[in-house]
Amino acid sequence: MPGFSNSFLVMVDKEISDHVKSWKFIIVVALILLTTFGSLYSILNIIRENAALINKGDNFLFLKLFTATDGNLPNFMTLISFLGPILGIALGFDLVNSERNRGTISRILAQPIPRDYFITSKFTAAVIVILLLVFSVGFLVMGMGLLSIGLPPTLGEFLRICIFLFLSTIYIAFWLSLGILFSIIFEQAATSALASLAIWLFFTVFYSMIVNIVAQSLSKNPFQINHLTVILSRLSPNYLYDELTTILLTPSIRTLGGLSFQQLQGAIPSALSLDQSLLLVWPHFTALIAASLICFAVAYLLFMRREVRA
Amino acid sequence: MAETIISTDNLVKEYGELKAVNQLNLAIKKGEVYGLLGPNGAGKTTTILMLLGLTEPTSGTAQIKGFDATRDSIAIKRFTGYLPDQVGFYSQRTGRENLVYTAGLNGISAVEAAKKAVEVVELVGLTNVIDNKVKTYSKGMRQRLGLADVLIKEPEIIILDEPTIGIDPTGINEFLTLIRGLSKEQGITIMLSSHLLNQVQKICDRVGIFVKGSLLAEGSIEELAAELLAQKEIDLSVKVKDLSDQVIKKISALDEVIKVEKQENLLDEIYQYYFTGGEIDARL
Ligand SMILES: Nc1ncnc2c1ncn2[C@@H]1O[C@H](COP(=O)(O)OP(=O)(O)O)[C@@H](O)[C@H]1O
Ligand SMILES: [Mg+2]
Repeated sequence: MPGFSNSFLVMVDKEISDHVKSWKFIIVVALILLTTFGSLYSILNIIRENAALINKGDNFLFLKLFTATDGNLPNFMTLISFLGPILGIALGFDLVNSERNRGTISRILAQPIPRDYFITSKFTAAVIVILLLVFSVGFLVMGMGLLSIGLPPTLGEFLRICIFLFLSTIYIAFWLSLGILFSIIFEQAATSALASLAIWLFFTVFYSMIVNIVAQSLSKNPFQINHLTVILSRLSPNYLYDELTTILLTPSIRTLGGLSFQQLQGAIPSALSLDQSLLLVWPHFTALIAASLICFAVAYLLFMRREVRA
Repeated sequence: MAETIISTDNLVKEYGELKAVNQLNLAIKKGEVYGLLGPNGAGKTTTILMLLGLTEPTSGTAQIKGFDATRDSIAIKRFTGYLPDQVGFYSQRTGRENLVYTAGLNGISAVEAAKKAVEVVELVGLTNVIDNKVKTYSKGMRQRLGLADVLIKEPEIIILDEPTIGIDPTGINEFLTLIRGLSKEQGITIMLSSHLLNQVQKICDRVGIFVKGSLLAEGSIEELAAELLAQKEIDLSVKVKDLSDQVIKKISALDEVIKVEKQENLLDEIYQYYFTGGEIDARL
């Protein structure tokens, strides 16, 4: 029997080459590279000028490549948190509706493949592309940092960065799934792009405002307000991701969100070890993965139930 | 008598209140060219989608070569080629790339796919443009590429949905001849849907007339014509060179003629025509 998984690979292969050759991908990559170089350049300047100051004690100089900022250009961490969703949406928003509009979908589904290959191959291919891109850019930053400051990362730093890059992939995959979901719901690619961007904008700009208002209307106690704000904020994938990466890449930050006196009492000002950091963000980690999977699962089910008519 | 290769058993598809396909029983024999003839909205596409397991019947079953269309649709798609109406290709890719991709989805190795692509393209007469991007193809060329795309998996059965839509008349004839040839030379069973009698008439061994989800009549074109004519009285107008009582008598004398009537009040009719048309001719 001619290999079935083989046809899956054929599909993934085609999807990857479609992505890599598409203009939207090239544009987003160019955007990411440009901003990355800009931010790296300014950070390297800061580090060179203040090396002595920064490098006092165990200060994770290498991680500064990803987190430091001169106030003008955002750091790499912020950059990915901002451009990552755009990358995910750009890769996902027209995956299904464009095939529907071109009439290719009924021809493909008339081939002897399980119906879900159509959507899983698209998801797999886009995730591979994102993974490769994120890791290449991340390693590029590390490599350039290594060359210019001449100080290699410690194993801990290296692992932190790798985990950070992996998490970024999952975060972007969430927005990819959202894009795919809308590409199934909406017939027009433009509508689905707008809908995805609207959600992204909602979470980046409006959500924190709404959370503040809600928290303040629910309670008068400042500690409680703080607590509520943090809990509500964590419903946003952006906030989850930001918190996660901050903890991972800034070991000196010891707690998340609002601190209570109890938490602060007896805290010794020292950096967290990698496993301590991971323990702290483990709930975020699972929440982010769950969000991506749920989003994809909804898209998957919706696709499987749709009738295919050219 | 050839065996039945495509069959449906009380097949029903409902969209809410609408019965798109209603208690359909089809039996298509191996090697024949079968035409599903019916007006737009008759349920032809819906029937085809159910045969390929692309949509689920509300009740009843559809089978191809003994495989159930809902449960074993992957098995069916291995030996059944489907050319959808409005067939689409990846327009940024060449004809060859599109064909090789389809072959890959059918588990054909890259080397063999390349060889087969050349063969099928030759067959449909697109050899010159095989390495052009599909976006440069005309509608007729796309349709022929669609046929090549179906042929590359070496199907035993081909199902074509409105295959001639959008092709110019000479193109239509070539295309139909090509399809007919496939059936007669390679023994492929062909089922096609169309809303145009004259096309179905040209190439089909048997035709089913399909209206509002039901099969009204079925048979070869001759059988159908006989059946329809037997049932119906038909009004004919006859052009004669020299109208005389002699001629009328002769026509009336024919056994098949039920009644001969002279058109009365010709002038009145013309007047009515103008009147209802909103214009009254000054001469009247
Ligand atoms: N997804 C759908 N929802 C509701 N009605 C549909 C749907 N698809 C088709 N129909 C209806 O089913 C009937 C048959 O459609 P179709 O099979 O496409 O006809 P044909 O191919 O013979 O022109 C039409 O009246 C059409 O409006
Ligand atoms: Mg139709």
